[in-house]
Amino acid sequence: MSIARDVAPRRGACIDFSDEACCLEVSGFGLRYGAEPALRDLTLRVPRHRVTAFIGPSGCGKSTLLRALNRLHDLNEDVHREGEIRLEGQEIHAPEVAVAELRRRVGMVFQAPNPFPMSIYDNVAFGLRLQGGLRKRRIDDIVEWSLRSAALWDEVKDRLQASAWALSGGQQQRLVIARTLAVEPEVLLLDEPASALDPISTLKVEELIRNLASSLTLVLVTHNMQQAARVSDYTAFLQGGELVEYGPTDTLFTHPRLARTENYITGRMA
Amino acid sequence: MRAAWRRAGRARLPRGEGPWAWLAAASISLSLLLLALLLALLATRGLGHFWPGDVTQLTLTDGRAIAGRAVKQAPLPEGGMERLYRTDNRDLDGDIWSWVPVADIEAEDRPRDLVVLERRRWGRFVGRLVAWLPAAGERREGEAAWQGLQARLATLERRREAITRLRDTTLLPLARRLEAGSDPQAARALTEARARIRVLREAMEGGTLVLESAEGRRLRLPAEEVLRARRPNAMGIGAKLAAWGDGVWRFLSEGPRAGNVEGGVWPAIFGTVLMVMLMSLAVTPFGVLAAVYLNEVAHQGRLTRLVRIGVRNLAGVPSIVYGVFGLGVFVYGLGGSIDRWFFEASLPSPTFGTGGLLWASLTLALLTLPVVIVATEEGLARIPERQREGALALGATRLEMLTRVVLPMATPAMLTGMILAVARAAGEVAPLMLVGVAKLAPQVPVDGEFPFLHLERKFMHLGYHLFDTAFHSSDVQAALPVVYATALLLVLVILVLNLTAIFLRHHLRSRHGGLSRC
Repeated sequence: MSIARDVAPRRGACIDFSDEACCLEVSGFGLRYGAEPALRDLTLRVPRHRVTAFIGPSGCGKSTLLRALNRLHDLNEDVHREGEIRLEGQEIHAPEVAVAELRRRVGMVFQAPNPFPMSIYDNVAFGLRLQGGLRKRRIDDIVEWSLRSAALWDEVKDRLQASAWALSGGQQQRLVIARTLAVEPEVLLLDEPASALDPISTLKVEELIRNLASSLTLVLVTHNMQQAARVSDYTAFLQGGELVEYGPTDTLFTHPRLARTENYITGRMA
Repeated sequence: MRAAWRRAGRARLPRGEGPWAWLAAASISLSLLLLALLLALLATRGLGHFWPGDVTQLTLTDGRAIAGRAVKQAPLPEGGMERLYRTDNRDLDGDIWSWVPVADIEAEDRPRDLVVLERRRWGRFVGRLVAWLPAAGERREGEAAWQGLQARLATLERRREAITRLRDTTLLPLARRLEAGSDPQAARALTEARARIRVLREAMEGGTLVLESAEGRRLRLPAEEVLRARRPNAMGIGAKLAAWGDGVWRFLSEGPRAGNVEGGVWPAIFGTVLMVMLMSLAVTPFGVLAAVYLNEVAHQGRLTRLVRIGVRNLAGVPSIVYGVFGLGVFVYGLGGSIDRWFFEASLPSPTFGTGGLLWASLTLALLTLPVVIVATEEGLARIPERQREGALALGATRLEMLTRVVLPMATPAMLTGMILAVARAAGEVAPLMLVGVAKLAPQVPVDGEFPFLHLERKFMHLGYHLFDTAFHSSDVQAALPVVYATALLLVLVILVLNLTAIFLRHHLRSRHGGLSRC
């Protein structure tokens, strides 16, 4: 695995990779659908309170890896895995880990916005109500805070009881992010969160991602190289289910160490 | 893609590209036309039955006179036509029909003084009211007789209602209580109620009609035998409409009389609706759970596929087979066991070990189970995977995901299943004949007596009533209008049941934002 040590500090902060606190640690991780390998022997560390992007051609396994981080693969039958994933030092596949609690800690936002067919308020309160034991006032507060964090509050504060499905695509995606934020996750996984949105909505979501990085660890899967360059602190390039190169975004995009990476970034890949 | 295809087809239509669009349009028009024809037939024949049409008096060439309503006309083998008149007066003529060759009719007339009486026995009477003999007072004739009769009939009607009320609310519950065990207080109350009914009955006696048929035969009839008296030829359109409304209302609200050919069908309406509701109550949760298991829980392997095919094929099993199953398993098996365990005292006469409302509902629930399962499964399969993953990603367990996101979204599909089930069950007759329908059960299975809903009772059903009046009545020709009216009612009842479910589904769909096309 490659760790670039000679990186210039970014935006004044000292973010030399070796100094970063590790949030998620993937080691020797592999995954097979039936007999077909999707991920092979992956090892990487996702730093805390940073945005890490996974890029790579379609079918390279980046979404598969993302879904593995909160065990969404448990739903699929015929999935076999090897290796470990640790969240704050805790192996997430350990038998004592409750999968629902893990998924609360590792939230996920999907490619297409998927608000539930309920009101805006109920969507945000959904996760809170699952936990139970919260008073109405407290839920109100958290809903407002989440919507503010997702930069949606001003647009929907007058119609919280309206159906979430009446919102625009970009608003729906921010609503989904607010819904995830409401349960106070430690990690937020984003699976091409802006690919179904128009440019302005995309910009808003990207801005939001940057702002959230101050308190959350974000992992972003994207097809859009510019987006990865704009938004992320670290970028991992995957190909054919393997990790090819991983490093600070600036370095990876300006001085990739491997020819394969450079070819992909510059669009010369078949 | 389909929409685009349809658009393309519509765009091409005016330019006349081939006959396929016209063919398709013709087939839908034909089916709509047939449907309209069916409803029109049922409506005119069924509702026409209650219309107090004019009565014709015929004078024949041989000097005989006949009064009645023309029903139909048919050619005679030797040429000419003959007409069928409904002349009623079964007690005088031995028949209520009379074929008259048209050539033999010398004069046709509609005298205003012809009366039509609905009687408790012998069906209707058509003829003239010669005189009215009140219990006390002078013999009256002509218009005075008619007025005296009308006043007397109104009093009789009130007394009859009082007796019915007393019987249903006091007498029958008391009798049932006594049947369960001796109870001196109940026995006393029963004797009292019987005495009051006797007093009312005695008050109904007195008053005699002197009648004369068109042929001139005389008849004396006690007034209490008469339910209603009308002079259709003297009635204006308003009075006829009122009489028609009264007839329709009586048909809907009264119990059957005279071998189901006369009177109303209220117990049958009630039985049909209640049975369908109980069936829905049984089949919906059961079917939804089965569909959830098949679609959400089970490993999607060969066995699941096999089960699914099996379920779909169950929908094709003839309904009478379900009736046999219900009779064997529910009535004799389950019902017999319940009787042995809980109702041993009343054996050998069965309580649950015979056909009844509960067993009929369960049999039909079984019959409609595949429909509900298939519809729910389709609804579940249509919910996007990302909705499920969204719920799971928020820390929901699988059960929470199901109950809070998936099932609410699938509710419209479940209701679709229920609508299909209701539509199928409400029209089934064959299995019911084995598991609990009755030709005559004037007591509806719900009353004020504990436990209020009597699941073990036999019940009446519109479909069976239809079958029974059409094939098992002594005079099919006379029963025919009732058959049409019952058929119309059956269609309407199913329509109302379905509309209720559709309304409910629409309401839910708008509340949940709604997946398109579910």
